[in-house]
Amino acid sequence: MPEPLLTVRGLDAFYGDIQALFGVSIEVGRGEAVAVIGANGAGKSALLKSIAGLLRAQPDAITFDGAPIGGLPAYAVAARGIAFVPEGRGLFPSLSVEENLLIGGQLKRPGPWTLARIYELFPVLAERRKLPSTALSGGQQQMAVLSRALMANPKLLLCDEISLGLAPIVVRDIYARLPAILREGASIVLVEQDVVQAQKAAARVYCLQEGRVALTGAAKDLTREQIAAAYFGV
Amino acid sequence: MEWINVILQGVLVGGLYAMFAAGLSLIFGVMRLVNIAHGDLIVLAAYIALVTTQTLGIGPLTSLLIVVPVMALTGYALQWFVLNRTLGDDLLPPLLVTFGLSVIIQNGLLTIFTADSVKLQAGAIEVATVNLGSGVYVGLLPLLQFAVAVAVIGGLQFIFYRTALGRAFRATADDPAVAQLMGLDNRRVFALAMALSLAVVAIAGVFLAVRANFDPSQGPARLIFGFEAVIIGGLGSLWGTLAGGLILGVAQAIGAHLNPGWQILAGHIAFLVVLAVRPQGLFPKVRT
Repeated sequence: MPEPLLTVRGLDAFYGDIQALFGVSIEVGRGEAVAVIGANGAGKSALLKSIAGLLRAQPDAITFDGAPIGGLPAYAVAARGIAFVPEGRGLFPSLSVEENLLIGGQLKRPGPWTLARIYELFPVLAERRKLPSTALSGGQQQMAVLSRALMANPKLLLCDEISLGLAPIVVRDIYARLPAILREGASIVLVEQDVVQAQKAAARVYCLQEGRVALTGAAKDLTREQIAAAYFGV
Repeated sequence: MEWINVILQGVLVGGLYAMFAAGLSLIFGVMRLVNIAHGDLIVLAAYIALVTTQTLGIGPLTSLLIVVPVMALTGYALQWFVLNRTLGDDLLPPLLVTFGLSVIIQNGLLTIFTADSVKLQAGAIEVATVNLGSGVYVGLLPLLQFAVAVAVIGGLQFIFYRTALGRAFRATADDPAVAQLMGLDNRRVFALAMALSLAVVAIAGVFLAVRANFDPSQGPARLIFGFEAVIIGGLGSLWGTLAGGLILGVAQAIGAHLNPGWQILAGHIAFLVVLAVRPQGLFPKVRT
């Protein structure tokens, strides 16, 4: 495996009083795509939120780019080069499409992604850039949220269920752009319900079950039976 | 002719009300904080202008160069050290804290400056008039005050919709959690919003102090005028707030002309009529 960019060691996470993660450990290499799969409530989103700083983590549980980032507030994590594509989209409704992209790049981190490059990647956003973000279709909104995260020129992109509620053809369209994003040097963590899609897009897969890592391995080596067992714990 | 004059005077005073309202509306819009101390902060700005003009021997309009930055810094510090700690899912803590702040400011001013009313002297400009033709004369100072009010609203509009700071304000208002993911520190965005709000308060305070006598107890009434202008205009619309201020000013001027005792009442009635007929205000911002 390449040199790790992100190391999570023994991470516990809580939603209020309810513990969502129990000593989870994962690694993401530079330029690598890793998928995190699991049933609803397995703790996939809690893992991403902890990395992004939206849920409190132990200080030494998360190391990014050689420095501990556990417990940092979300804006400080963003400044270090972690961009989060939240579940359920979350474009800013008062902002136009282009303003959403600009605010994604407001930290002015240097890197390959600019408005022009984003519009090359998703030409439909260029056509609709002056519209309010609420005027976009579901698929276009997902493209815009992904683009907004890219505008931060992240070293690590966290994607929380980008296929949720989208037509299969739109999902394929969005997944087709991921190799281009990896080529520009970003690493990606994909949280996905769609196991087949996740196995295709990622080099390695972690399967969470009830807040613990139940299975891990190279995406192409995992069998359907192994994944089913890790998913449901049978 | 007489009525044209009355309405014109109302419009000119309305500009001042719009300035009272703009800062209030900005804070509510960005962080859902109802600043009960807003009126008292206007009076505080007036007293800071009084001290500045007296100690430095400068005119009230020149004193803006000092009062505006002082109030903006006060706003930043107030938000950073006090109000940020009160913000959360519950609307009550900021309401209580700003109410307490209102009491503190009023009594602080009372202790330092006594209850005697004072006024800023602007010199010759106070009595200068402009002839608009057909026997309609308006004071230069009210005209200036109105022009400044329009410029302030226009400036806020520009900041909100054309600058990176305005984008940060709107994004944080939409979704504070997602705004943090963009690298925006909510606490800093809120502090900048409060600084901007109190910069507007400073301008309003200086014009209030030049226009008429003021004393430490005047804050709450300014707060009410500001609230009424915001609600009449419709929440979230800056030009609506200007219109709300003008309607309030004109209603008060008409009331005062009919009977000097009806001035304030007429403004409240106009407010209640709008609230009854169009509770969302005249120019509400459409939110989806």
